[in-house]
Amino acid sequence: MRIFDPHIHMTSRTTDDYEAMYAAGVRAVVEPSFWLGQPRTSPASFFDYFDALLGWEPFRASQYGIAHHCTLALNPKEANDPRCTPVLDALPRYLVKDSVVAVGEIGYDSMTPAEDTALAAQLQLAADHGLPALVHTPHRDKLAGLHRTVDVIRESDLPPERVLLDHLNETTVKAATDSGCWLGFSIYPDTKMDEDRMVAVIKDHGIEKVLVNSAADWGKSDPLKTRRVGDALLAAGFTEDDVDQVLWRNPVAFYGLSGRLRLDVTDCPEPLHEGNSILRGGE
Amino acid sequence: MLTALTELTDGSPARAVQAALEEHLAGADRAWLHEALAEAQAAADAETAAEAGAAGRSLWTLPTWELRFAEAGRHCRPARGGPSGPSAQDLADAARVLLLHTVRAGHDTTSRLYTHGSAAERRAVLLALPHLSAHTPPASALALVEDALRTNDTRLVAAAVGPYAAEHLDQHAWRHAVLKCLFTGVPVDAVDGLAPRARGDAELARMLRDYAAERTAAGRPVPDDLHRVLALTADRDTADRPHVTAAPSEES
Ligand SMILES: [Zn+2]
Repeated sequence: MRIFDPHIHMTSRTTDDYEAMYAAGVRAVVEPSFWLGQPRTSPASFFDYFDALLGWEPFRASQYGIAHHCTLALNPKEANDPRCTPVLDALPRYLVKDSVVAVGEIGYDSMTPAEDTALAAQLQLAADHGLPALVHTPHRDKLAGLHRTVDVIRESDLPPERVLLDHLNETTVKAATDSGCWLGFSIYPDTKMDEDRMVAVIKDHGIEKVLVNSAADWGKSDPLKTRRVGDALLAAGFTEDDVDQVLWRNPVAFYGLSGRLRLDVTDCPEPLHEGNSILRGGE
Repeated sequence: MLTALTELTDGSPARAVQAALEEHLAGADRAWLHEALAEAQAAADAETAAEAGAAGRSLWTLPTWELRFAEAGRHCRPARGGPSGPSAQDLADAARVLLLHTVRAGHDTTSRLYTHGSAAERRAVLLALPHLSAHTPPASALALVEDALRTNDTRLVAAAVGPYAAEHLDQHAWRHAVLKCLFTGVPVDAVDGLAPRARGDAELARMLRDYAAERTAAGRPVPDDLHRVLALTADRDTADRPHVTAAPSEES
């Protein structure tokens, strides 16, 4: 089973996770920039974070045979903090980088005017840079948030077929499908979807434009949830080809819209090496 | 291969590097390279590219050639696969070094591109440093080399220990760079000027022996490269001569 996790925050994960993910079949990940749990107070803090997503994290991933790409943006939560909003001005310099395959995560958190502004501005940035957009749908007031998100996308220059709506569930899948966007589901213990509900949604909805991710981060989460969904789909009678479409070909097709997806890690910096600092656990 | 593709000096060899690079690119990518180099040349001619142009411009607005510098990795891919040819990294390195050379990047430009660059872009800046000495004050880019040597990213460490480091790092920092290579698994072949600078360096020899003892005590193998460098330090033949590179000592 080859797996592409289209939404995972590897910065918060350990090398054990990389090892277990590779063993489970994960060969590619996309790491969206998001909130770090601890609020940031200056744009410079974002730039260091972006640098890590463009440098150190792909290096770590390559050590474990996993191709790493990222999406960059000012996230909805911190879009409300005027100390952070200058990040929007700097994004054009970062969105041109080779391993950036979308603008994201953008979207709504509390549905404020500042979030309206940041979402519209960043959809425009995606359109201007030939990038698709990864749009996070809010955790609170989810269905209303989804409708408002879709309205803003409709008014933007970015066509819905270049947008991935993420963190969908049973209550939002219908409206999201009608929008023409790609459909992302996060399998995340306690607060988002689980693998059995995911199978039920796919039975009902089909596998067209469906992406499944672990959204694993610093919270209680599990980077192997993509594999669990693959196993649950097979157990429910779906074919290996169906599973491959959901766990590999759909994310490749969506992020491939950027024209920047590179799935070979054969030219990774240095071959796995006994003396390597990561494999050895640093200095 | 990497050395061949990025080896250039002011003047005609740039043409040779460009030819070597183009040989490995498909038609559309070759056209991209021509255009990118023409833009860099125009920027250099107009003197808008580097220091002069940067003043009136927002830090976040990229001149066209800097956009090309950023996107080189997705336009310089090997036209033919296969284990024998250069890697995608080699080609992107060569394209970016050529761009920096063509635009005659000075201190502010290299610093800006490094500071806001991806790891691949930072690597290219480091590789380009020896070729930009005509446009930069001596040792002015040392901070970039030191920054790279603080990382654990072997792509950056390997690019940092080239001829620029050989010329400008003081002996203390240089010894730590060598040790860092051994720690992170960067082959010491990457260290420019290794033999002349290691020769007769008793302090480096001590550090290597201590590291070997630590590895042995932990039941870990001692890297072959460590013995190689240790053998170089033991070359008493020329021990009394000053270092060829005339780098400042650590006391300076
Ligand atoms: Zn997320």
